[in-house]
Amino acid sequence: MTRATLARLVVAMLVLTALIAVPMTQIHWDGTQASTAAHKIDTLLNVMIVLSSFVFSIVLVMLFYSIWRYRAKPGDEGDGEPIHGNTKLEIAWTVIPTVIVLFGAIYSWVVLDKLEAKAPDSIPIDIVAQQYKWTFNYPDAPGGPVTSNELVVPVDRQLDLHLTSLDVVHSFWVPEWRIKRDLVPAGPGGNDIDNEVPVTPDRLGTYQVVCTELCGFGHATMRALVRVVPQQEFDSWLAKQAKAQQGTAGTSGT
Amino acid sequence: MVATIKKPGLPRAFFGLLIGFAFGYGLVVALRAISGLPLTQSEQTGYPQLIVASIAGPLGFLVGLGCFDYWLRWAAGRPTYPAELEHKDHGATSWKDYFRFNTDHKVIGIQYICTSFLFFFIGGAIAMLMRAELAQPGTQIVDPGAFNSLFSTHAALMIFVFVIPIFAGIANYVLPLMIGAPDMAFPRLNALSFWMLPLAGALFLASYFCPGGAFDAGWTGYAPLSTGAPLGQSFFNLGVQFAGASSVATALNFLVTIITMRAPGMNFWRLPLLVWANLSTSLLVVAATPFIAGAQFMVLFDRVLHTNFFQAINGGDVLSYQHIFWFYSHPAVYIMMLPGFGIISEVISTHARKPIFGYRLMALALLGIVVLSYTVWAHHMFVSGMFSWLRVPMMITTLLIAVPTGIKIFSWLGTLFQAKLHLRSTAMLFALGFIVTFTMGGISGVMLGMVPIDIHVSDTYFVVAHIHFVLFGGSVFTIFAGIYHWFPKMTGRMYDEKLGRVHFWLTLIGMYGTFLPMHWIGMEGMPRRVADYAAQFGDWNLLISCFSFLLGAAQLVFLYNMVVSWRWGPKAGPNPWRAKTIEWMVSSPPPIFNFDEIPRVVGGPYEFGVPGARHAIMGPAEAEVGRPAPAVAGTAGAAST
Repeated sequence: MTRATLARLVVAMLVLTALIAVPMTQIHWDGTQASTAAHKIDTLLNVMIVLSSFVFSIVLVMLFYSIWRYRAKPGDEGDGEPIHGNTKLEIAWTVIPTVIVLFGAIYSWVVLDKLEAKAPDSIPIDIVAQQYKWTFNYPDAPGGPVTSNELVVPVDRQLDLHLTSLDVVHSFWVPEWRIKRDLVPAGPGGNDIDNEVPVTPDRLGTYQVVCTELCGFGHATMRALVRVVPQQEFDSWLAKQAKAQQGTAGTSGT
Repeated sequence: MVATIKKPGLPRAFFGLLIGFAFGYGLVVALRAISGLPLTQSEQTGYPQLIVASIAGPLGFLVGLGCFDYWLRWAAGRPTYPAELEHKDHGATSWKDYFRFNTDHKVIGIQYICTSFLFFFIGGAIAMLMRAELAQPGTQIVDPGAFNSLFSTHAALMIFVFVIPIFAGIANYVLPLMIGAPDMAFPRLNALSFWMLPLAGALFLASYFCPGGAFDAGWTGYAPLSTGAPLGQSFFNLGVQFAGASSVATALNFLVTIITMRAPGMNFWRLPLLVWANLSTSLLVVAATPFIAGAQFMVLFDRVLHTNFFQAINGGDVLSYQHIFWFYSHPAVYIMMLPGFGIISEVISTHARKPIFGYRLMALALLGIVVLSYTVWAHHMFVSGMFSWLRVPMMITTLLIAVPTGIKIFSWLGTLFQAKLHLRSTAMLFALGFIVTFTMGGISGVMLGMVPIDIHVSDTYFVVAHIHFVLFGGSVFTIFAGIYHWFPKMTGRMYDEKLGRVHFWLTLIGMYGTFLPMHWIGMEGMPRRVADYAAQFGDWNLLISCFSFLLGAAQLVFLYNMVVSWRWGPKAGPNPWRAKTIEWMVSSPPPIFNFDEIPRVVGGPYEFGVPGARHAIMGPAEAEVGRPAPAVAGTAGAAST
């Protein structure tokens, strides 16, 4: 292969990378971004799309170049060049991908640490799942504990979610928040399950909690509403709920 | 009648099935009577009388079939078989010989392949039913509970009784020929391994007749959903035992065969890569498969014996099921991929007419995958609530496993470079299609391996897309490549290339149309394993369903081609692809003990274009002089037709 051919192939790979990566990074694959985590995860995804497009372009260009250039002429039953390998090339395609994936791993690690950094003023919410129902408890509500069937949270405040299940494994997911964690039925000792998830919603709106771990025949419809509201609205909602619930359920406290 | 029942064979096998079933049922009823309990018990997780009967029945089937006849005589100190009957179970002279206990690795290979394809078509029909349901939001065809059974049985059939065993089948046929061995190391064990496979599939399917329907906790069967599920779940637990035992026995057989039965001169650096691939796969199977067997036994015990492995309320640990399960089931994805890597190497080298680029690194990459694949299982559990520190090391090993996999992709591309490429074989089309789709599956795998991305897309259609890119675009494409490649060797006939090309293109279009959009709807918020979904995904799902029907229909072209060509195809010579490995040096199909003379291996397996290079020569050293170059002498006459 001449230098000119090599140069052309490299150009083809770069052009193809651009053709794939540029439109793909313009699309919001993950949909609406409604938490601080969403921005970080989507950026990581876009970086991966660019790197992956490059790797995929190498494969496509080399494959189709070989098919086009080295296809045997009709009637030619000879053999190809008896090349058994090339040590330098083999070292290169071992070392370079290693560097790329290690970069990806470290970057992911950094993002993960940021996602899980805890703020001191977070709002604790206990989420309890059972076949096929979600319950949201606000233990630290100023007017006394509050229980709700919809998840109402203030915008731009970190939530400290505690997840438990009463029967089988469920999974808590709000796609717009990009946050997911299984709810595991734990034994008396808690089985050392990591059930604390921080998340900071940063966009007002109404979303859905989706159960993403198969939990039985009602799995597909095990949903709950999420309302992200301004802080004052949240405070007044909480106060109203507390008043209503303390009034009616004074004796049946769980 | 009595004579038929006394002779080993299918009639005696079904008789044994009945006896075993009745014995198991009777045993439980008798024990319950003695203990003063009601004779039968029908809690949904119980039915001990049916569970024991469903263990004893299949064992009775195997005994009736004759799997243990020789061993039992030997164990009892009775004369085994007289010399003239020593090989009475070996080889096939009519189609009936494929329906009995047969110790010939070539017969067993074909038994494996045909049985697996039967389950492939059943599993495929189930998938069609699922796509019909999913064509619109809401529930139209099946209710949500039945839908859970459909995807659970679809996955169980495809994984445990199609992809894993069909690779064992292809290797069963080809591998002893490739290393110059007359058969596998343990032919009777080999036959027993095969016959456990239809039993496993039958148990999975029998669960449809259980009260409460077929098992519906997914092929993953997470506790405690599985420990509390209706009776069908126990049939999954039992089916996995038979499929697993079959895998482990076959893997041991391959290991011993590869290590001890290589022809003279066949050192490890002269092994074809298919043999290397099966060596690696077998190393995974023997050590990992016992873990899923254990996990399913623990679930079964929790269900029937009221043990508390996974009952959190009684001190059990729910997450430990997932750890044990994935400690097998992640290596399992390589069990379902490495043999395919081997097939692709054979096909690409032959049709590119070039030596495999970087042969030794290719072999070492396989071993690298074996080692790494034991260290990545918890990447299935990033959102499970497991000990959080475990996520980062598991992420690093997961991403690193892309390196040996990448080496294989690049080496195949290197093999194509400066080749003399022939696209006339459907096998080669599937091999090239595999390179593209598997690269995409690998890329989405790397994304899933990154914890932050996984947190978002875990348990969504993105995962469904990924597994089908690697298992359909990966494994199944390699299976088709292998079947087309060795069809002439196995049947002695050529298949129709035109129909093959139709099959390839329809499959390729159907596969991309079905599984590519699943990435998008998954990222946008559609969870997996749901019968009903938000209306916003309706259009995409309709499109996916249409393409999936095309994909399903394409497989009928394949079926027609195989059946008709097997019966009426033009005769194939010993070596229609002009390949270099030893299986192509004997007639198609090969004679009963493969070789009249054991070949001697004198060089590497892919010496295309090297003047004068040979992989193997037939016969003793002296015969080398004065014999015509293609050493296929002495095989034509012995061909079993």
